[in-house]
Amino acid sequence: MSFLDVKDLKIHFPTDDGLVKSVDGLSFGVERGKTLGIVGESGSGKSVTSLGVLGLHKGGRARISGEIWLDGEELNGASAEHVRRLRGKKMAMIFQDPLSSMHPYYTVGHQIMEAYRIHNDVSKQVARKHAIDMLGRVGIPEPAGRVDSYPHEFSGGMRQRAMIAMALSCDPELLIADEPTTALDVTVQAQILDLMRDLQREFNSALIVITHDLGVVAELSDDILVMYGGKCVEYGSADDIFYRPEHPYTWGLLGSMPRLDREPTERLLPIKGSPPSLINVPQGCAFHPRCPYAERTGGKALTEVPALAETEGGHLVRCHMSRSERQGLWENEIKPVLEIQ
Amino acid sequence: MLIVISMVTFGIFFVVPQWAGATPEALASRYVGRAATPETVHLVAERLGFNDPVVVQYGRFVKGLFTGAEYDYGAGVEQCPAPCFGYSFISGQPVWPDLVDRLPVTFSLAVGAAIIWVLAGVSVGVISALRRGSFFDRLSMGTALAGVSLPIFFTGMISLVVFSYGLGWTPPGGAWTDFTVNPAQWAFNLLLPWITLAFLFAAGYARLTRAGMLETMGEDYIRTARAKGLREGKVVVKHGLRAALTPILTLFGIDFGLLIGGAVLTETTYTLPGLGQFAILAIRNQDLPQVMGVVLVAAGFVVVASLIVDLLYAVVDPRVRLS
Repeated sequence: MSFLDVKDLKIHFPTDDGLVKSVDGLSFGVERGKTLGIVGESGSGKSVTSLGVLGLHKGGRARISGEIWLDGEELNGASAEHVRRLRGKKMAMIFQDPLSSMHPYYTVGHQIMEAYRIHNDVSKQVARKHAIDMLGRVGIPEPAGRVDSYPHEFSGGMRQRAMIAMALSCDPELLIADEPTTALDVTVQAQILDLMRDLQREFNSALIVITHDLGVVAELSDDILVMYGGKCVEYGSADDIFYRPEHPYTWGLLGSMPRLDREPTERLLPIKGSPPSLINVPQGCAFHPRCPYAERTGGKALTEVPALAETEGGHLVRCHMSRSERQGLWENEIKPVLEIQ
Repeated sequence: MLIVISMVTFGIFFVVPQWAGATPEALASRYVGRAATPETVHLVAERLGFNDPVVVQYGRFVKGLFTGAEYDYGAGVEQCPAPCFGYSFISGQPVWPDLVDRLPVTFSLAVGAAIIWVLAGVSVGVISALRRGSFFDRLSMGTALAGVSLPIFFTGMISLVVFSYGLGWTPPGGAWTDFTVNPAQWAFNLLLPWITLAFLFAAGYARLTRAGMLETMGEDYIRTARAKGLREGKVVVKHGLRAALTPILTLFGIDFGLLIGGAVLTETTYTLPGLGQFAILAIRNQDLPQVMGVVLVAAGFVVVASLIVDLLYAVVDPRVRLS
């Protein structure tokens, strides 16, 4: 069993319009010191998954089933109070927009101290020293002078560094980063990704990076999980996903990724259509309305949900097409267009 | 701000009547009574300075407020110590000591009611927001609607009928004990007015707090606070309520300032000898100096309250401090 092991996680929200199946039978695992990238479009259920692992849906309207094992302990069945004690200490989270995710009325230092003092019975002076220390470790210059600044006095990149300092203040063993760089400039993005990789090595924590940007996971991940309509459609090592992808949706994501090694005049290849409604997920394969190869399955894609099947070496694909058919399409039609070496 | 208000009130009460055709003698006649001879009236008008230009009269009025004034009544000089709001038309007594006498009543009423309505309104609003759509939410918001809609003389009368005349628990109005004399009696006598007044105001605060909390509890930083492992109670109060506090503070500044200036209806309903009742009597008697005094004191409180609120903004919201 992995350090974090999620089995058949389902998170459904009953609404007036129907049941929203945000996460529908998701399984994955991460080891200490390893990074899992979860990739998908908006509304694919990535963020709901991460909040579910942290137990932040508990007590709300969500219906959660499945198992979440963290370090040999099952969390989904555990009490909300027990999960709260683990939150911030054993597992922590970095959010997308550091401006809206930090409280505007409290200083950065106060917010880091608060995170530290929830789980450590220390005086304010000790917590303050720790906060300054953490700010220094995430690369904020003159941390002793910046500890009393408010979030609005920081630049975007500095805020995200402060957010990371807050998440890491209790040495969490599992760190979930939800779109950690989406709100940042491209140059700052690279710095933050470097920082996260360095800190992960230093703390030897398990890291989950959630993003819609394959470039981000390419930088960080050991394994990648591609989500579509609340389900995993492809799972494999970073090499599997980037060099031997087998799901048409993954091909679409790769095609819509801007690349520096291509001519700037070339057009991106966006995926046609828009993500499915999670209330009325399409019958059969959820991706079939947007899949250019749906008719190759002889109508199966319209009626039957494909199983997530292992091809080889832990590479999982949810597709009706045969493996040889997928590999043929990739080698002959997709790869030449994407020009991946 | 206060200067403008003093000009406006002075203008309304002394200048406008003169423009409207009232002679200095007509003004002076309000001081001397019906039996006075025209000569006496003329003399009084002269001594009170009603024949001087308006600017001089205003200057004398303001000077009186700060340094006191002297009135020569022929047989001697009457000292009116600062702040001099002039003399009542009716009793001939200086206005200021009367105001000072009334102030503790209104102040007690306003402070006590304010504490009750803020505590009750904000906590009801918070609970309603957290349990949106629940029975508690609907009941409290329905009650709040009734609270803002029902006039104080209605709820006040009902409360008197039930608790004073019916059950006999509380004194039937008019009871006033100074705090320094007997604090318990002071609080007991004011209990009914406090609750009635608080009910009226708490309603608005409950609705405002509920709306604010619904907004802030959906913010990203609330999710962050929970992700840190913070207890839900602290998440709600320290992170949620703190951010929803600014509009509540604004409303409170206005309400409290206005209330100190005279809880007119409440004091009339419960016959409490406060500024509001004083104002009503003064208006009924057309006692201009007294009315002016009340208006100026009331305006002063509104200004001071909003100033305090402005300063508190900086404490509550650090983003205000910079700009």
